[in-house]
Amino acid sequence: MQDIGIVVPQCASFDSPLTLKSGAVLDAYQLVYETYGELNEAKSNAVLICHALSGNHHVAGFHSEDPKSAGWWNNMVGPGKPIDTGVFFVIGVNNLGGCHGSTGPASIDPKTGRPYGASFPVLTVDDWVESQARLADRLGIGAFAAVVGGSLGGMQALQWAISHPQRVRHVLAIASAPNLTVQNIAFNDVARQAILTDPDFHGGNFYAHGVIPKRGLRLARMLGHITYLSDDSMAKKFGRGLKKGSYNYGYDVEFEIESYLRYQGDKFAAQFDANTYLLMTKALDYFDPAHAHEGDLARAFAGAASEFLVISFTSDWRFSPARSREIVKALLDNELKVSHTEITSSYGHDSFLMVDEHYHAVVRAYMRNVAKGAA
Amino acid sequence: MNERGAAVRHDYETIAKWIAPGTKVLDLGCGDGSLLAYLSRNRAIRGYGVEIDDENILACIKNSVNVIQSDLESGLSVFESDSFDYVILSQTLQAMKNTESIIREMLRVGREGIVTFPNFGYWQNRVQILQGHMPVSSNLPYEWYDSPNIRLCTTRDFENFCAEHGVNILQRIVMNNGKVASFLPNLFGTLAVFRFTKGG
Repeated sequence: MQDIGIVVPQCASFDSPLTLKSGAVLDAYQLVYETYGELNEAKSNAVLICHALSGNHHVAGFHSEDPKSAGWWNNMVGPGKPIDTGVFFVIGVNNLGGCHGSTGPASIDPKTGRPYGASFPVLTVDDWVESQARLADRLGIGAFAAVVGGSLGGMQALQWAISHPQRVRHVLAIASAPNLTVQNIAFNDVARQAILTDPDFHGGNFYAHGVIPKRGLRLARMLGHITYLSDDSMAKKFGRGLKKGSYNYGYDVEFEIESYLRYQGDKFAAQFDANTYLLMTKALDYFDPAHAHEGDLARAFAGAASEFLVISFTSDWRFSPARSREIVKALLDNELKVSHTEITSSYGHDSFLMVDEHYHAVVRAYMRNVAKGAA
Repeated sequence: MNERGAAVRHDYETIAKWIAPGTKVLDLGCGDGSLLAYLSRNRAIRGYGVEIDDENILACIKNSVNVIQSDLESGLSVFESDSFDYVILSQTLQAMKNTESIIREMLRVGREGIVTFPNFGYWQNRVQILQGHMPVSSNLPYEWYDSPNIRLCTTRDFENFCAEHGVNILQRIVMNNGKVASFLPNLFGTLAVFRFTKGG
């Protein structure tokens, strides 16, 4: 297996207004994306990778010689990898509202000449799918061979099957859910409150004040991070290990886990936009295709025509296997083609980003079948 | 859990004859998906399998067979009632703990059930027991201490079970080496294949 090597992001600008689910309208916007592999003549081998809360368009390859510049799913996407860029034309796109180059809260609002900040509209998973569909139009892709995503990315993949049934042949929904549990919404709200109550937040217009709500964003990330791991994996990685070997009877970092979480929080707060974090968590909260059908998920998929691979992980308590089974049931009720596998893994929700031999073998085998249909 | 090989097993052809073309089939304990692949080639069925084993799940996906990873012992709650024409339990019944509930679930989900199992009443098994030990043969390749087969039964046992549980047997074929054993099947047959429905 090799890596793709250095990749360069591209940018597509759109000037036809996009009406959002909320009723708000984005007059113009840009999407930053990366592509790997070659689009075949029939344009039938395109695969869209949808990212999760903190992800972006940089799915695979590197931005520089620095190995730390690897894409967030470099173990899954590349030449000879489970999603093989020697076979597929793979697209990673930074979602609208993101903070890695696509139009988002930190972008300049052409109407005011200042960053959107608090005035940037709230986006939904449906809105992302519409903006991604416009990017597909721009690239000349009528239908994707597959749309793939984990977590919030899996929700986008599912929404593709609902919104554009003729434009997606296969959906891979990994560590995903048909909506958030109440417990998940609660976690998201605590994260949002951490940001919203940071004095440096300035109602979302912190750009003008030359500050960022670091403390809030840091807390939000620390909380989120705990929920992406499992009790077991944290115990295995950190145990009750002490930084200095003995109790200090104070509030400085003592346990290894404290040190790890603070480091992760600081790192994240230095590079992620607080408004984007708020927006992403709201998109998660709102996603609920059954909502428009009196809670009947099967009816939400009534128009779907794709084939599905649903993957869940045993230790994932934020997007548990039971939630994936709800998706599977709704698909079965519509007599859609679906396979579901529950991967034994101890890494919690983050499992979908990890290398696991069986997990990768399943995706590889499924994608080979996708390739047969795309040839 | 079951003994599915790559070669087409004798019960496949028998089962295929009972499956109307273009129907919807659920295969419980589907192994590598070869029966569903066979039925899909020969009967144009729409098939789904249920499997618990990771390697078999991977094999099903390689065979382009729809497969749901799930433990049959915990039921078939992901499937709606009356959503299949046929529910097959092939060479798995003898390895299941919850025999009564799986037969009940098969008839809830499907219009008809089909089960196949090794006939413990086969004369060679009886001889081995008379010789004082548990039978080991090509149909029952395990020693008593490592066998997954915890509920071995004879064709007569299964018929009695059906009678007691309101299960209506539509058809029974007992095979030996790929041929139908019609003379004293409980004695001369190695593999029992039953087709049944809900009792009136």
